[in-house]
This record gives sequence, C-alpha cells and structure tokens, in this order.
Amino acid sequence: MNLTYLFDPAHWDFSTGSIPQLIVSHLWYVLLALVLGTIIALPVGLFIGHTGRGSFIAINAGNAGRSLPTLGLLMLMVTLLGLGLLPVLIALTVLVIPPILTSAYAGLRTLDHSVVDAARGVGMRPMQVLFRVELPMALPVLMSGFRSAALQVVATATVAASVGLGGLGRLLIDGLAVNDYSRVLAGAIVVAVLAVLLDLILALAQRWIVSPGVRASK
Amino acid sequence: MITFDDVVKVYPGGGTAVDHVSLELPTGKLTVLVGPSGCGKTTSLRMINRMISPTSGRVLIDGKDIAGQDEALLRRGIGYVIQNAGLFPHRTVLDNVATVPVLLGKTRREARTAALGLLERVGLSEEFAKRYPAQLSGGQQQRVGVARALAADPPVMLMDEPFSAVDPVVREQLHREFLRLQQDLGKTIAMVTHDIDEAIKLGDVVAIFRQGGVLAQVATPQELLVAPADDFVAEFVGRDRGIRSLSFDTAAELPVAALPDDLVLDEAGRPSGWRSGSQVLPTGGTFTSSDSLRLVTDLAITSPVGTAVRVNGDGKADGVVRHHDLADYLAARRAS
Ligand SMILES: Nc1ncnc2c1ncn2[C@@H]1O[C@H](COP(=O)(O)OP(=O)(O)O)[C@@H](O)[C@H]1O
Ligand SMILES: [Mg+2]
Repeated sequence: MNLTYLFDPAHWDFSTGSIPQLIVSHLWYVLLALVLGTIIALPVGLFIGHTGRGSFIAINAGNAGRSLPTLGLLMLMVTLLGLGLLPVLIALTVLVIPPILTSAYAGLRTLDHSVVDAARGVGMRPMQVLFRVELPMALPVLMSGFRSAALQVVATATVAASVGLGGLGRLLIDGLAVNDYSRVLAGAIVVAVLAVLLDLILALAQRWIVSPGVRASK
Repeated sequence: MITFDDVVKVYPGGGTAVDHVSLELPTGKLTVLVGPSGCGKTTSLRMINRMISPTSGRVLIDGKDIAGQDEALLRRGIGYVIQNAGLFPHRTVLDNVATVPVLLGKTRREARTAALGLLERVGLSEEFAKRYPAQLSGGQQQRVGVARALAADPPVMLMDEPFSAVDPVVREQLHREFLRLQQDLGKTIAMVTHDIDEAIKLGDVVAIFRQGGVLAQVATPQELLVAPADDFVAEFVGRDRGIRSLSFDTAAELPVAALPDDLVLDEAGRPSGWRSGSQVLPTGGTFTSSDSLRLVTDLAITSPVGTAVRVNGDGKADGVVRHHDLADYLAARRAS
C-alpha cells in the first residue's frame, strides 16, 4: 500500500484541491442532500405513518430508491439541466429520500397502538399526538434510517467529481486519470474515515435526543 | 351525571355493538359496565369521551349533549384509564402524570409539582417520579395511569378494565386503595370490567350488558344478587349469589340469645372457647353488630358447636346466634 499521497503535508494545506478543501466541499454536498432529502421525505413519511394513508408510496419508494443507479441519474440530470451543483444535488437527494421516508413510516406504523390511543384519549390534538408521542417514540427507528442515508450519501457524493465538481471524488477520478494509485487510495481512505466519523457523531446525537425510556424498552 | 339516551352503535362491516342503550350514571358514583367479552362495554365507554361516535342516540354529560363539543377539550376534562395503563414510554412517570395539566396550559413546573402530590396519593413515593414506565411493575404502571387521569381533577373518569392486567394479590390492593381514593374524591366514574366480582365489589351501580350490546339490568350490587332480572343475569352473577348478598347487610338487627354455659370466658369477659367434655374448642372468631350477615353465617357454619358469638366494642361476649336461629331470621327476612 502506497500512502505517500495521503501523508504528504503538501496535500494538507487549505489550498484549492488539497485534502481538507475537498473534505469541506464533500461534506457540503452531503449536508445539502441530507437537509433537502429530510425536508422532502420526513413530512411525507410522517404523514403516511400517522394517517395510514398511501402506505404503498412508502413501501415502493424504498424499493425504487434502492434500485436506482445514482450515476445514471446524475448523467440524465446533467443532460437535462446542464453542468452544475443542481444535478448533483438532485441525484444525491433521490438517494437520501427512500431510507428516511421508509423509516419514518415504519417507525410510526410499528408503535404500540394503545399508547397512541391513550394520547388521543387524554385530549391531545392530532399534531400533538404526532409530535409529542408518535415522533419521540419512533425516533430510534427514524434515526437508524437517517444514519443509513448519511452513510450512503457520504460514499456516493464522490460522483460529484465525475461532472466536474469538487469533493473527495476528485482524488479518485484525477488519480485514475494519471495512474496515481496513491492518490486514489488516499481518496478511498478519507471517504471511509469520514463515513465512520459521521456515523459516530450521529450515534452520539441519537443518544442525546432519544428518550432513555424508549431506549430502555427496545 | 352521564346519560345514554337511546344510543346505538353499528360498526361498518360489523354487527350492532351497542343496541338502544339508555342509562344514567349518577354524579359522584362509580358505575360499572360489566358483561361477557364483546358485548359492547368498551364501545359504550368510549362514546362518553367521543373516541367513538354513536350511530344514533345521544350521550349527555350533566344534561349537555357532547356531540357538539370540541373533542380534545372534552377529553381533557375527562380522566381516561385503560388496561395496561397506556403510559407514554418516552416520558418520565412525573411527566406522564403532568400531561393533561400541560395541555391545559399550566407551565411544566407547576404541573410537575402537582403531579408529585398525585403520585403520593396513588401510593408511589417520590423515587418513582424520575423513572420511565418500562422501569415499573404492572401494578405501579396502573397507579401512574390513575394519577395521570386524576391530574387535572376532572369530575368524570372513564376506566376500561383498569385492574385486569395485574395479578390477583396486587389487584386486591389496588381495589382497596382505589375505593379509599374514590371515597375522598367522589368522582363520577364509568368503569368497564368483565369480572362480575370486581363489579359487585367496586360498583355503586352495576350495568350488566349481554351479547349484542343490550342492557340486561341496571341495579345496585345487592339488588343484582337478591333479584336478578332474568336467567342470564342470575347465571352471570354466579351460583353463590345468595351468600354473597349477605355481605350487604349488617348483623345489627339480628336477635341474639343469652350466653350459654358451655361458652368459656376469660376474666375480662372475652370469649376464649367452647367447653366440650374435658377439652376447650376454639370459637373460630367473633362478630360485632356492625359486621355483615355473611360473616355471621360463616362463623355459625364453621363453629364447632354451630354457634356464632357476638362481642361488644370492648371485646366482651354479649350474645350468641345459633345456626338454626340464623336460618329462621334469613327466611323471615326474605319473606318480608
Ligand atoms: N373498530 C371496530 N370495528 C368493527 N367492530 C368492532 C370494532 N370495535 C369493536 N367491534 C365489535 O363490537 C363488539 C363490541 O366490542 P367492545 O365494545 O370492544 O366489547 P367489550 O368491551 O364488551 O368486550 C364486538 O363484537 C367487537 O368485535
Ligand atoms: Mg373491552
């Protein structure tokens, strides 16, 4: 294994194309896709889970999402919209939606129904039932969906480089173009480390936001 | 007062769950809805807080039709206890109890302070306040369920099989505590159970439902035992209803005979046994005039000489009842 590229201090300044700079742009795509995907998928998943209406959407979204090739979608978007951040963002967001939507739906559907019934019975309005009871109880399932979405998008955000954008995909594509396998390896390692770190942070966040009462009964 | 006015519930695709029920649940009393499984008890109960709406007929609370009222506001004014408590697993015991006051606009702090007092009322010490429901036994969860229902001090409480999921020993204890609580609070309570013994023990009024959601009889527990409306009620109430009905009458009017020679007394005049040849047999217990006829009957049957001993407030023997005299008394009482 040739780690010279990874450990060369020259690649760790903050100049254009340096590893830290690529990490920042990589995380930027990840963040945008997660935020966008959550904004779209979470309300839909919660609505379907809360009302039980449109379950087929939640189930099919999961299956469709897994079978859609991100690279293919990206190329299609570039053809339709031209180069730029937008097609990348669309392709990554499409990747993020299924796990979040499915887990929001599943999290609500698998709740102990008698607790939801009690929530209505003590006089909560529908939105209070959703946000004060259903959502906190479904949080462990929801968070596992979000974490799997985050892992996938960290790995897949490398496609941005294939349409001329930044991100850690640059190390892979440029490395391959000039047969610099040390650079390819550096890209792969940094992506992997980033994925592990992100999951760790999300796991900590999960401990923090999920009630111990729900954790204990799992 | 809760009034069912010719209420019918037909589930779409199902049969008739509640069939032309008219019923009044008196203010400040505990009315038990009892009957075999599937006879419409839960459906009836849930029509009181609009968790279910009637197909026809009206439900009124203190004369006001609930149909026009805001559902959530109505429910906040009605305590609701269900089987297995239905506690919110993500909230501490304290926050579970504080739920309704917070919904009603109390600050979290005020609601928690009040909740702490309520926990004590239902027999849970402060150490339980910070626990989560999963860390409680079934009986403890049920107490929290009752505290949560009482938190906003609603005049009306609905309880659906509140004591069914706990074991008999805990149930006994919860019954005792609950009756004591109700004596203090005097809520208007509708309670569902399938257990006729529980109904007779707890209810001021018992409404017996039969299959198909039809009311079979509404009566006090004693009336049910003494005068069941029909064979269904008689059978449902059970075979030993004769002896059980004696629980409701005291021995105050029961005539006693003078103390016989074979009753052994100690220096203070307290009965200590029956002389039988050279032996002294135990009396097996005594009664006072405020005890039930059921206890007297039991003592007379189990006494070695077929005689129950009455004592006064100091424990001094002041009369006896022989079992054949008791039988005559009960026969005369029934005839009147
Ligand atoms: N949501 C429902 N849909 C259709 N039928 C129902 C529903 N809930 C209850 N039933 C039926 O109505 C009848 C009365 O049910 P319920 O009130 O729960 O009885 P109980 O509480 O006395 O056991 C039963 O036959 C039951 O199967
Ligand atoms: Mg029931």
